[in-house]
Amino acid sequence: MTTPCIENAGVDAWMVRFADQINPDNQRWIRAFCRQCRAVFGPALVDLVPSYTTVLVQYDPWQMTDVAARATLSDLLDQLAPESAETVGRLVELPVWYDVSVGPELALIAEQTGWTMEQVASAHAAGEYQVFALGFVPGFAFMGLVDPALATPRLATPRQRVPKGSIAIAERQTSAYPQVTPGGWNLIGRTPLTLFDPQSDPMTVLEAGDRVRFVPITRDCFIELGGDTTPVGEGSA
Amino acid sequence: MSGTGLLRVEKAGPQALLQDAGRFGVRHLGMTQGGPMDWHAAGWANALLGNPASAPVLEIAMGGLTLMAEADVTLALCGADLGATVNDRALAPWQRVELNKGDRLAFDLPRSGMRAYLAAPGGWIGEASLGSVACVTREGLGGHKGGGTALEAGDTLRFPAARPDPMPVASEVPEAYRVDYQQPARLGLIPAGQIAAFDGRSLYEAFNREWQVDTRADRMGIRLTGPVLTGPLPAMVSEGIAPGSVQVPPDGQPICLMNDRQTIGGYPRLGTLSPVARARLAQCAVGHPVRLTACGVGVARAQWRAAIEAITAFGAIRS
Repeated sequence: MTTPCIENAGVDAWMVRFADQINPDNQRWIRAFCRQCRAVFGPALVDLVPSYTTVLVQYDPWQMTDVAARATLSDLLDQLAPESAETVGRLVELPVWYDVSVGPELALIAEQTGWTMEQVASAHAAGEYQVFALGFVPGFAFMGLVDPALATPRLATPRQRVPKGSIAIAERQTSAYPQVTPGGWNLIGRTPLTLFDPQSDPMTVLEAGDRVRFVPITRDCFIELGGDTTPVGEGSA
Repeated sequence: MSGTGLLRVEKAGPQALLQDAGRFGVRHLGMTQGGPMDWHAAGWANALLGNPASAPVLEIAMGGLTLMAEADVTLALCGADLGATVNDRALAPWQRVELNKGDRLAFDLPRSGMRAYLAAPGGWIGEASLGSVACVTREGLGGHKGGGTALEAGDTLRFPAARPDPMPVASEVPEAYRVDYQQPARLGLIPAGQIAAFDGRSLYEAFNREWQVDTRADRMGIRLTGPVLTGPLPAMVSEGIAPGSVQVPPDGQPICLMNDRQTIGGYPRLGTLSPVARARLAQCAVGHPVRLTACGVGVARAQWRAAIEAITAFGAIRS
């Protein structure tokens, strides 16, 4: 754990950086920081966006100057201690149909690893992943870490339309797209589950701290569970 | 709902959305912010009626909307000139507009700017979700009838029957505070994020060459096309995105992240647009020339504060 740094993020936000690399231990510091931030800033806090290595702190600029907000963060970090025992999150299983029609980058990752597409799928499904943060869009869970062999950079140009339920990899992160959105991650399969529903409580299937396993299912099973088989880049999916 | 003033939507146009200040305290779940893309014009529309700055307004993108008044009402129109007419008589923005029952308020096509803001006395009534009526279609939250739906033909727009406050004395926005959206846009950008990782040529060109607004522009983000920005950029871990963040994917073309932005992203950032710059960019059509200028937090805050104080002061002078 290096000394956290505080970086400018505009007129009403500071970015607190705890580390440069993803490490599950970061989360103990980040969770402790978020809890204390809420207590110290009180009503002047507008939003906190924790991620793997950072927390974006947005405050009310009419209640605090940027200098005062920075000083508050600096004092808080000086006295910060990580959360002690890591509580074991609940295990959530996500069914996935791994297929090149709904996961075109299966082929790309197979090529880069020298494996078959089936082996790529098995390697992804073999892992147990931690949910580090929710973000990007509602219910989108940032999970990791995938097998280093599967690590793949984001697409040079994001897709305008990633289908709902798409299972994806970016570097050593993995996730499932809860809704149709633009996105730059590598697609390798699709889950039939609805991961975000504003009408249900809770609204998201996954939450930060959960452990996740991806369970491979057949095309028939995917359809039975209500999955949409429309290939990536075509029509309605 | 009897006793409530209302307007009927005859034609919805490309996109008309109810927006208040936006949704806050939920970014850690991945919910976006919402709110008016041009907070400046929206704020003036509310001020003309003596509404609080955060009262729900209609954001009308690119025109095409036709409304029929089913009661006498005074509204306020600010922001883009979308060729508005009342019963075929031209209506310029930046002023109050009196509608009688049966009057038809229609928006044609953009003449200057992209988004017009229509305010109602006391604010339009909407379905709040997570503390806000801000309409985010992608998330299915907020809007005039809930579920994140944009205005549709046949819908009814309501506002409170009782006038909450007297109107300001003046019925027009002073000339000095109206923005000429046809001028090239100069956008203040507060350097931040991974700006130091871009190479010297890219940094020079980012702030000295002209950019153009790309066709890929919506409430989530507005892409700029121009010089290709490169550098020994790090493979990044996804991190939180502040309003106005300017990220650069590997194709080297920046994306300015706006009100409906994703909450977390993993492309290197050049910095953050000032709030005034965000409002200005919201009014730029496809192909509009844009220049980025480096700007400090102090200047960006001062410009923002001055703009908000002007709006607040105007709204406070009541008859």
